[in-house]
Amino acid sequence: MSIRLRLDKPWRSLDAEEVARLPGQLGVYQVADARGVLVYIGQVGARSPFGLRSELQRELAERGPGLTFRVEVNMQYRSRWFELLMVHQADHGSLPADNARNPPPLGRLSPA
Amino acid sequence: MDFEPSPEQQMLIDQVRRFVREEIIPLEAGLDPDASELEPADHARLVEKTKAMGLFGIDIPKAFGGPDIDIVTRTLLAIEMAQHRAGLYVPCYGTFGGAGLAQIFEANEDQKERYLYPTLRGEKKAFFGLTEPSGGSDPARAIQTRAERKDNGWVLNGAKIFISNADRAQYGIVFARTDAAKGRAGITCFIVDSDTPGFHVRRVVHTLRSSHYATELEFKDCWVSDHQVLGEVNKGFAVANDRLTRQRIPYAAGCIGVAIAAHEMAIEWAKMRSTFGEKLANRQAVQWMLVDNEIDIRSARHFTLEAAEKARRGLPFRTEAALAKLIASEGGGRVVDRSMQIHGGMGMTKDLPLERWYREMRIRRVGEGPSEVQRMVIAREILGSNLR
Repeated sequence: MSIRLRLDKPWRSLDAEEVARLPGQLGVYQVADARGVLVYIGQVGARSPFGLRSELQRELAERGPGLTFRVEVNMQYRSRWFELLMVHQADHGSLPADNARNPPPLGRLSPA
Repeated sequence: MDFEPSPEQQMLIDQVRRFVREEIIPLEAGLDPDASELEPADHARLVEKTKAMGLFGIDIPKAFGGPDIDIVTRTLLAIEMAQHRAGLYVPCYGTFGGAGLAQIFEANEDQKERYLYPTLRGEKKAFFGLTEPSGGSDPARAIQTRAERKDNGWVLNGAKIFISNADRAQYGIVFARTDAAKGRAGITCFIVDSDTPGFHVRRVVHTLRSSHYATELEFKDCWVSDHQVLGEVNKGFAVANDRLTRQRIPYAAGCIGVAIAAHEMAIEWAKMRSTFGEKLANRQAVQWMLVDNEIDIRSARHFTLEAAEKARRGLPFRTEAALAKLIASEGGGRVVDRSMQIHGGMGMTKDLPLERWYREMRIRRVGEGPSEVQRMVIAREILGSNLR
């Protein structure tokens, strides 16, 4: 049994064509800037009309082009989101910049 | 035994019911369907309300500042508090406060100063570290975490799994084997601060309960002093066992609360929804499902209140608590399942709370001792010296 703590899906360009291909499912996603620095980890819950597609469309509209993203379809989007944030904090000593502005209550992980 | 609420109990029940319907459910409508926390400002506002109601910290013993409400009344109120989407695991989103871990009330004075009182003041949170990768149903045999004597203290090495809140807690109660030759008489309970070197929260464990997660812990040469022993060396299993028995009553009450909420939704839907020119409520297939719901709820309520009444009187209640937990968790699962069936496709969606209850209720047949262990406890009573 392999346990994936970190999101390992391929990065894609954050543009209308790529986003239109996304499924309408629930899950988590990451957005990185032009230098490849992860700036945000997001979750897509059941209030989103078309799941990952709607959320990434919103991200594109708000952030504009030139960024990359990756997604993971996951029905356990909330606990997975918390996990990704805690793992990032453990790996880098801080949250991604846009999560750090309004951090959720988080615990501490020390992944092996 | 008469389990009809007294006028005083009914007044409290009505108060909590209004609180759930007028405060919790409207806020919950704006949250993610899998949310387990209110916005901090809403939480703080509602805590002030429960304090004004005189019901904050209802599980805290009177001697420690609790409101002195007996366990039968607390059970009746726990049934009410669970009747909303997050109610099975986060009744009223924690706005009625909590007493922390029951074992800490048995701590010595020094430990109470360092752990109990800060917990009751809301300054510290705790986790309960019993289950291990080697098993959880039979902890006396499954515990492999070792504690060995060193420098006026103990060195812990081992792992724990399915531990809630360990990543956010300031301390935890951890069970470790201190005498390998003595079985259940070789286990000791330790209080471990979560900043102790050698204590690690290694990973998140995702479960059906997607609103929340458990964790896996590692103890690697984790040294704690003798002052961290809770109770006596080699007598930790009694500490664990006492907690498991007591916890079964509120655990059952939560299942009943959610079952009532699901059943009420199913009744309302059956009266409103028509198929093939007839209300669902007029169809025998649906009527029988509703009757079976009623049977499951009433029997779970009876057995749970019987266990609470025995506990209130100071009588042994281990068998009754096992019956309550078994009947409420299995019956509650059936009620939610039937209520989903009556709702048809809508019952499967995240638009309604039924799908969350369905997933979370499934865990209840395993958590706090699986159904099979409850049956073992009851069988010992039937076949043992107390054969009636």
